[in-house]
Amino acid sequence: MTRILFFGRLRDAAGASEMACELPASLRTVADVRAWIGARDPELGAALGAPGVRIAVDQVFATDDAPASGAAEIAFMSPLSGG
Amino acid sequence: MTRVVLSAAAFSADAELSRFARGRTAATGALASFVGYCRATSDHGAVEEIVLDHYPGFTEKEIERLSRAVAERRELIDLLVIHRIGAVPAGEPIVLVAALSSHRAAAFAAVSEMMDYLKTDAPFWKREQGPDGARWIDPTAADYARREEHAK
Repeated sequence: MTRILFFGRLRDAAGASEMACELPASLRTVADVRAWIGARDPELGAALGAPGVRIAVDQVFATDDAPASGAAEIAFMSPLSGG
Repeated sequence: MTRVVLSAAAFSADAELSRFARGRTAATGALASFVGYCRATSDHGAVEEIVLDHYPGFTEKEIERLSRAVAERRELIDLLVIHRIGAVPAGEPIVLVAALSSHRAAAFAAVSEMMDYLKTDAPFWKREQGPDGARWIDPTAADYARREEHAK
C-alpha cells in the first residue's frame, strides 16, 4: 500500500490530504503514478502536472523519472512558501 | 552547528535571542538576526491569521539540510532557525533566524540567505485567513530571483 500525499493547493484539488492506494505493478516511475491518477481524475492529474509542483518519494525530492514502485509514500507539493 | 525548531506555539523572539547569544564562543564577534511577523494586512485586505502547513519529518529534514549548507558556506559558529507551524495570529512572529560568526559580514549574509531559502525551498504552505475566507500564498517572482542569486 502506498500513501499519496497532497500539500498546499493540491490538497484542495485532491479533496483530501492523502489517499492510500494499491499501485498497479505496471507503474514504474513518478510520471507513471501521476498519469495513473490523472486517468482516474483528469482535473487532479492536470493540477499535479502544473509548473512548480515538486514531488518527494519516501521523503526525498524526486523527478518524473524517479522510480516509484515499492514506495511507501509519494508526496505531490504545490510551490513551497515559508518565511 | 545548527538548530532547527518547528513550533506550533507562539515563541518570544527576545527570549530566544538572549538564549542564543549565550552560546557565544571566544571566537564570536557578531550576532545577526531576523524576525518575520504575521502582517495584519496584505494586498488582498485584512489578515486575521496565517496558517502554515508542513510535511512532518520532511520539512524538518529539508530545513536542517539548508541550514547546514548555509552554516558551512559562511563558516558560522552557530545558526538558529525557529519557524511556526499551524495558525499564526496577526502580530505574532512567524520565523526567527539568527547567526553567530567571527565577523559581521558572514552573519548578515547567512541570515539573509537562510530567509531566502525559507521563502522558496522549505516545505511549507501558507494561506492567509481574512474576513472573506482563505487564500494560498505563493512565493513571488522577487523571492525566486533572490534565491537564484545564491545559486550563482
